[in-house]
Amino acid sequence: MQFGIFTVGDVTTDPTTGRTPTEAERIKAMVAIALKAEEVGLDVFATGEHHNPPFVPSSPTTMLGYVAARTERLILSTSTTLITTNDPVKIAEDFAMLQHLADGRVDLMLGRGNTGPVYPWFGQDIRQGIPLAVENYALLHRLWREDVVDWQGRFRTPLQGFTSTPRPLDGVPPFVWHGSIRSPEIAEQAAYYGDGFFANNIFWPADHFQRLIGLYRERYEHYGHGKADQAIVGLGGQVFLRRNSQDAVREFRPYFDNAPVYGHGPSLEEFTSQTPLTVGSPQQVIDRTLRFREDFGDYQRQLFLIDHAGLPLKTVLEQLDLLGEEVIPVLRKEYDALRPAHVPQAPTHASLLAARQEVRA
Amino acid sequence: MTYRLAVVSAGIGEPSSTRLLAERLAQATGQALGGQAEIHVVALRDLAHEVANAVLTGFPAGALREAVDTVVGADALIAVTPIFNASYSGLFKSFFDVLEPDSLAGKPVLIGATGGTPRHSLALEHALRPLFAYLRAVVVPTAVYAAAEDWGGQLTDRIGLAGGELANLVAGTPKPVRQDPYENVVPFEQLLAGNG
Repeated sequence: MQFGIFTVGDVTTDPTTGRTPTEAERIKAMVAIALKAEEVGLDVFATGEHHNPPFVPSSPTTMLGYVAARTERLILSTSTTLITTNDPVKIAEDFAMLQHLADGRVDLMLGRGNTGPVYPWFGQDIRQGIPLAVENYALLHRLWREDVVDWQGRFRTPLQGFTSTPRPLDGVPPFVWHGSIRSPEIAEQAAYYGDGFFANNIFWPADHFQRLIGLYRERYEHYGHGKADQAIVGLGGQVFLRRNSQDAVREFRPYFDNAPVYGHGPSLEEFTSQTPLTVGSPQQVIDRTLRFREDFGDYQRQLFLIDHAGLPLKTVLEQLDLLGEEVIPVLRKEYDALRPAHVPQAPTHASLLAARQEVRA
Repeated sequence: MTYRLAVVSAGIGEPSSTRLLAERLAQATGQALGGQAEIHVVALRDLAHEVANAVLTGFPAGALREAVDTVVGADALIAVTPIFNASYSGLFKSFFDVLEPDSLAGKPVLIGATGGTPRHSLALEHALRPLFAYLRAVVVPTAVYAAAEDWGGQLTDRIGLAGGELANLVAGTPKPVRQDPYENVVPFEQLLAGNG
């Protein structure tokens, strides 16, 4: 089981102080959070990709390359890489480059992006979101697996005799997760390729994601990649912890009440009962997270959102201390004890390389 | 055969003349169906907070979710709003704004409204009817407006006329088969071929 954090990379005013970090401070804070994630024993750091204020991470592989140089174990990932508005050729090149620099500690999560104007800024149309995701990924998939590609599609200029460089490290493409909040087509896409499926799981009720993940698992089996319970599932989660649950609620409430996205809507109590948001003690976070397994089956990757809504860096680093010391070790032990032998771990560069060598032997 | 009638009332007062009109329309429709109707009333007043939350979060929670399921799953819808500032109330519109696209496509709908004076009666024609046309619902020709003074006049006849129209439309409309996107997924080869 992999545990990690994912960040949106928003620059948000701290509602308790009125202070807004600069872009430089936020970018450096994201790096500090990533380094701390490795230090406290987490496995994954994933950054979002955005092309509009108030978000800073427009260039994920630049940031992840820097983090790679300063870490040794951490898997570097995205949440998400925009498969719709990025050129799939550039994605192929950037992430292969990152793979080499990070000695394979790289995977990525593809998403479509839901900000209307970003599409025309990159020459696309949001109404073509699904067809773009389908076509662009089909090309990306080939670019990492075929040394010379001839290709023609609807959305990009054709390629004749094109070789994406550098080639993936050891000939092993980065593992791909497909992220979706509500699109059955994306669950179908992940299943077709035998890739991972990541359910953001933050804002919506569990029964919605049960259907989406259920569909992915069923189709994963249909396409012959393994049994439904062997499909590779990742989940998002959102937590705020203090040793004492009343302290957690008291401290987090102003951030919740003013958060972009859901602030000024449901109460903290309503939202925690309706969605996976957990605000409380380490034990409460452990209990709630273990319920994800009951809701969705054995899964391979758990990412938490911990650094949004204007929370100061110091607070976020304290969250990581609590996660690393009191939550993740317990969850790791519990999940590993509960997982049946035939359910795989999340693929890594090492496991994919071993599988490739086994096939060749 | 029993028909499920969903009745959405955006009445604010308690008691509410909007809800009264909505219930009268439902009874008239039920009678025209020979009593073969189950009537489910959704009073939006009780769901106002949850409607606002759903606008922000993108998902209907709690009792609102049941209300949405009631409306989307019904064989016909009776939708009644007070007229505020020459149009439907904001609460009425927000409820329909949180429904999934195509939720009401093909659904037989009877529209009604209440107001202080008869001067706003055409709001039904220039505001509600286009809203439901956009949602691709099928709205019966007679819409029922009840100003305060109408409760002493010909209102009952018009309610009966409108209820009869809705009953005829429902009885002649095949039960909707709802496509479940998580059950009937488009196979990926078809998506790849650009035929999603």
